[in-house]
Amino acid sequence: MTEELNPSAPTLPKSRNLIITLAGIAMISGLLVVLTFQLTLPRITQNRQDALERAVFTVLPFAETRTNYLLTEAGLEELPDADFAKANVFAGYDQTGTLTGLAMEASARGYQDVVKILYGYAPDTECVVGITVLESRETPGLGDKVDSDPDFLDNFACLDAKLTPDGSTVINAIETVKHGKKTNEWQIDAISGATITSTAVGNALSESTQTMLPLLAKHRNSLKTHKESELSSKE
Amino acid sequence: MIKDPRAPEPLGWKTFSQGIWKENPVFVMLLGLCPVLAVTNTAMNALAMGLATTFVLVCSGVLVSLLRKVIPKQVRIASYIIIIATFVTITDYAIQAISLDLYKALGAFVQLIVVNCIILGRAEAYASKNTVVNALVNALGMGVGFTFALLCLGVVREVLGSGTLFEVTLFGPSFQPWAVFVLPPGGFFVLAMWLFLFSYVRKRRARIQELKKEVSHAA
Amino acid sequence: MQPDSLTFIFLNAFIINNFVLAMFLGLCPFLGVSGKIKTAWNMGLAVVFVMLVSSTCAYGINYLLVRFNLEFLRLICYIAVIASAVQLVEMVIKKFSPALFRTLGIFLPLITTNCAILGLALFQTNRDYNFAQCLAFSLGAGFGFTLALVLMAGLREKLELAEVPDVSTGAALSLMLAGLLSLAFMGFAGLGG
Repeated sequence: MTEELNPSAPTLPKSRNLIITLAGIAMISGLLVVLTFQLTLPRITQNRQDALERAVFTVLPFAETRTNYLLTEAGLEELPDADFAKANVFAGYDQTGTLTGLAMEASARGYQDVVKILYGYAPDTECVVGITVLESRETPGLGDKVDSDPDFLDNFACLDAKLTPDGSTVINAIETVKHGKKTNEWQIDAISGATITSTAVGNALSESTQTMLPLLAKHRNSLKTHKESELSSKE
Repeated sequence: MIKDPRAPEPLGWKTFSQGIWKENPVFVMLLGLCPVLAVTNTAMNALAMGLATTFVLVCSGVLVSLLRKVIPKQVRIASYIIIIATFVTITDYAIQAISLDLYKALGAFVQLIVVNCIILGRAEAYASKNTVVNALVNALGMGVGFTFALLCLGVVREVLGSGTLFEVTLFGPSFQPWAVFVLPPGGFFVLAMWLFLFSYVRKRRARIQELKKEVSHAA
Repeated sequence: MQPDSLTFIFLNAFIINNFVLAMFLGLCPFLGVSGKIKTAWNMGLAVVFVMLVSSTCAYGINYLLVRFNLEFLRLICYIAVIASAVQLVEMVIKKFSPALFRTLGIFLPLITTNCAILGLALFQTNRDYNFAQCLAFSLGAGFGFTLALVLMAGLREKLELAEVPDVSTGAALSLMLAGLLSLAFMGFAGLGG
């Protein structure tokens, strides 16, 4: 330990040694990390899928199975289950394999930060039929009620999002009104005391429906309205 | 610590208990405050964060201690950081695999364990100079102390802020949750309160000792 | 305001979700260096600078890692590259502008392993910001940090002369103050909503 004896002029070990040690440690750590990554990857993907599944089935209560779709200007593309993270539209089918609704993501700026929701859309009645919050940092006890307040959730029994006959725009954009001022089918009755968060939900829905629904109408043909139920396809 | 740092400390109860009370990383040394305040809005998050940090502390402590004769002095900090970052990444993936909800609640703070000064501090001040067993025991003690501190905050904040403890409702429906305690300011307030309490206890003890001394002198 | 507009990202990091007072990042320097307004100000500027550098680095690294499918090495790369980049910048400043070095220099090594810096890099990755958004985010976060630090220093300078009960001196008092500041900053929530 010469450097301890004479700290002003430390004898440097060869830089080759330093590099070898660092490289060795980096190798070990790289190995460990890759190992963990490989071991946990299936579980993590499974967890993500479960979480999404729960959300999709919350907003589409009658659905039993789902299919992932990627909706873009170019068209509606069906994705395999492994690529569910890329999908932006999830179609839900009931026991008989009939399409019950579509679940889509929407987000808007809330009180604290961006509020991200998943909403269900029923193509036959052209309504928003349910929402669930995916991500939010809203004030506990006030803003976070949008996920649990029964009166607020009643707004989404059938929230009007009808398209014009040619399918180019939504006739009445969804909007949030003050608590108790709801008069039309396309309005959301805000939670009193959490108006900003309620408005955020409204804005998110309004924006998403106005961009996604016309696109969906355009590519309606590639959406399967009936899915072979899994049992029959196996037989 | 004026002792010769290279003389390995004998293994004893002190090696473990040091971190719990006398050198509690949060309440006494005020280290690693970011996670202490950020993720303690519920007791469950606090516990998870405490365990994750303990895991990283113990693993990196053991590895640093094992490699203490191999790592040259000049690159020691860099090596420690790589080792710590490795274990943090492992913890990060493990938490994602265990529960996605927990991962979402803790957010980026799991990855921020890497810059928690407690871990690098322990690696540098203890693990790099002591045997593997000592380093393990000491890191465990520090981890328990840290988890204890996190729980202290988490329990108070959850009970006052949401009226629950580990998601079990404690009070009747008439309880109005004191929401500010789960919000950021509540974190500062609760930690400040604990510090007041400890400082009061310490002052009181010192005063009692003093008085005892005076009494014995008088006698 | 759009959630991903540059103004919103800046404002959000600057005051609504202030790094120190709402996200609890960078508390060690916040409690340690907030004794004097002048030091706090210099420290703040150094943080803004380091944040810009590290945000740029992190954006570059992440781009490469995603390209080669190596996301699991993100944390290790971030910390190593940010630390070396700051070190490098420190050397450059020392060489070319000794005056600037005297103002910022002593803080730079302190800041490197600050959780605010790594936090910034991680948050911008989690939120998938593009390059311009990253810059706005890092500027907002840096100035937000400076603001919190300078406010705190101002308060503490006043408190120096105040008489407080014996038990409440030191860290506990600073934390109480930080809590009050944080409470005040909550008033900014909903801004631009």
